[in-house]
Amino acid sequence: MIKGRAFKYGDNVDTDVIIPARYLNITDKAELASHCMEDIDCDFVKAVKPGDIIAAGKNFGCGSSREHAPLVIKLSGIKCIIAESFARIFFRNAINIGLPILECAAAAKDMEKGDLVEADIKTGRITNITKGRTYQAESFPEFMREIMKAEGLINYVRKRGKGL
Amino acid sequence: MGMTMTQKILAAHAGIEEVHPGQMIKARLDLVLGNDITAPVAIEEFNRIGANRVFDKSKVAIVPDHFTPNKDIKSAENCKLVREFSRKMEIENYFEIGQMGIEHALIPEKGLAVPGDVIIGADSHTCTYGALGAFSTGIGSTDMAVGMATGEAWFKVPGAIKFILKGKPGKWVSGKDIILHIIGMIGVDGALYQSMEYSGDGVGHLSMDDRFTIANMAIEAGAKNGIFEADGKTLEYVSEHSERIPKIFKAGADAEYNRVIEIDLGAIKPTVAFPHLPENARSIDEVGDIRIDQVVIGSCTNGRLEDLRTAAKVLKGSKVSSSVRTIIIPATQKIYLEAMKEGLLEIFIEAGAAVSTPTCGPCLGGHMGILAKGERAVATTNRNFVGRMGHPESEIYLASPAVAAASAITGKISSPEEVLG
Repeated sequence: MIKGRAFKYGDNVDTDVIIPARYLNITDKAELASHCMEDIDCDFVKAVKPGDIIAAGKNFGCGSSREHAPLVIKLSGIKCIIAESFARIFFRNAINIGLPILECAAAAKDMEKGDLVEADIKTGRITNITKGRTYQAESFPEFMREIMKAEGLINYVRKRGKGL
Repeated sequence: MGMTMTQKILAAHAGIEEVHPGQMIKARLDLVLGNDITAPVAIEEFNRIGANRVFDKSKVAIVPDHFTPNKDIKSAENCKLVREFSRKMEIENYFEIGQMGIEHALIPEKGLAVPGDVIIGADSHTCTYGALGAFSTGIGSTDMAVGMATGEAWFKVPGAIKFILKGKPGKWVSGKDIILHIIGMIGVDGALYQSMEYSGDGVGHLSMDDRFTIANMAIEAGAKNGIFEADGKTLEYVSEHSERIPKIFKAGADAEYNRVIEIDLGAIKPTVAFPHLPENARSIDEVGDIRIDQVVIGSCTNGRLEDLRTAAKVLKGSKVSSSVRTIIIPATQKIYLEAMKEGLLEIFIEAGAAVSTPTCGPCLGGHMGILAKGERAVATTNRNFVGRMGHPESEIYLASPAVAAASAITGKISSPEEVLG
């Protein structure tokens, strides 16, 4: 169970604002993460606490295929992103690296910055404790759940031994 | 139920008769691609898997094109890592500085993408090869790592939007104007999780370079891929560039589409996408007076030979405005050489433009043309997000090579007709 405070963003949050390309030559993970959300919310890095969540509108993570984007969000301590919809490469990257995401338009729309939110990745149940409302996110196909259970595609492949 | 082009290609590569939208499949890969930004992360993940060789040395391509020629020490270290990995794994399609180009112009040119292929690339613009009737899509570094190790990738089978292109595009209207017009119409998430399939008699009027541009920007509408059915032009291109045998997949007559959209190519005007989303498309006569500081002609979207020929046609005998830094970047060494032989580079330099070796450089705000606070650029690139080409308070207007070249001369966003009549 994930429980934390929400950060709230709008539609079409792109990978260039999540982690600007000018930092993509950085390989040190902590240094990379120190620029998370820099061009959309320069206070994010200072304010984020382990366990927090991000709520956003449509098409979250659009743009580049850079895996650095879900990675810096995960490294910053965010435990789940709840959005109306995700851009497809970000969607698969998040699953592949074991960053929980939930697609739920109603929960994402209602959520305001600072709301205390509880999310159950297994069931897709989202509770906005501040507002006293509960929601049900879209369910994932079995195969994606398996990857998420293994906390990422690499672990999933390693466990299987050979092949995908 | 009939299948779309994409569904047929995916079914064939999954080794099953039929697939349906939403189905999870594992597909065999014909090519796995990465660059100097995404491959270092992929190599780290590849090592974590414990793999000691790639699934097929001839089916992995690595192109250091983003921050190259190395812009700083960190980029140089990343490129060194990628180079050493490529040598160790004996990757046949590693392209060093001097032979390389921007990956999505280079891969088709080297004959590494042919109709019917399934290709993944750790770069979002991998969807470019849909112009050849291949299924190709952008993925992240972890998918690249697993693809290199196993030769497979997981996919959720997409539904599709069918675009029926009709008529003939007017003078100065190119693939770029068509795709900006389409994204303006459906929005940056208009094709989310779906294929964009192009058909209709209008396709025959589009050159391969036009089609590469249109397929390239499918991701800017949120699509999984963009794809054209291979025709005579495609096969001619493939036979000139590749020894591999193309396999043509046609959509079933009874294929189901989520949406069918007819586009009259004759009605499209030169189109510009305003900051900060590619969907903010306006036709050139709705642009107004927008002064600019820089023009970039190049990128995986518009750095091909035909793009340079168009720019040269507009720039020939003229000078670029003294207030506009004009940067022209041929997308590959071959294009660079052809442009030299055809005298295009001379036209550019005489006009006062800077011409550079192939690099993605300015498109993603890496190097070779970064914008300062408050500056505006017209670029033939693919994204105009906040901070994409430099300062978060700079602005990018996406346009065709013809509009970009005309704007370089006048110092404001202009139609080529304004310059040439």
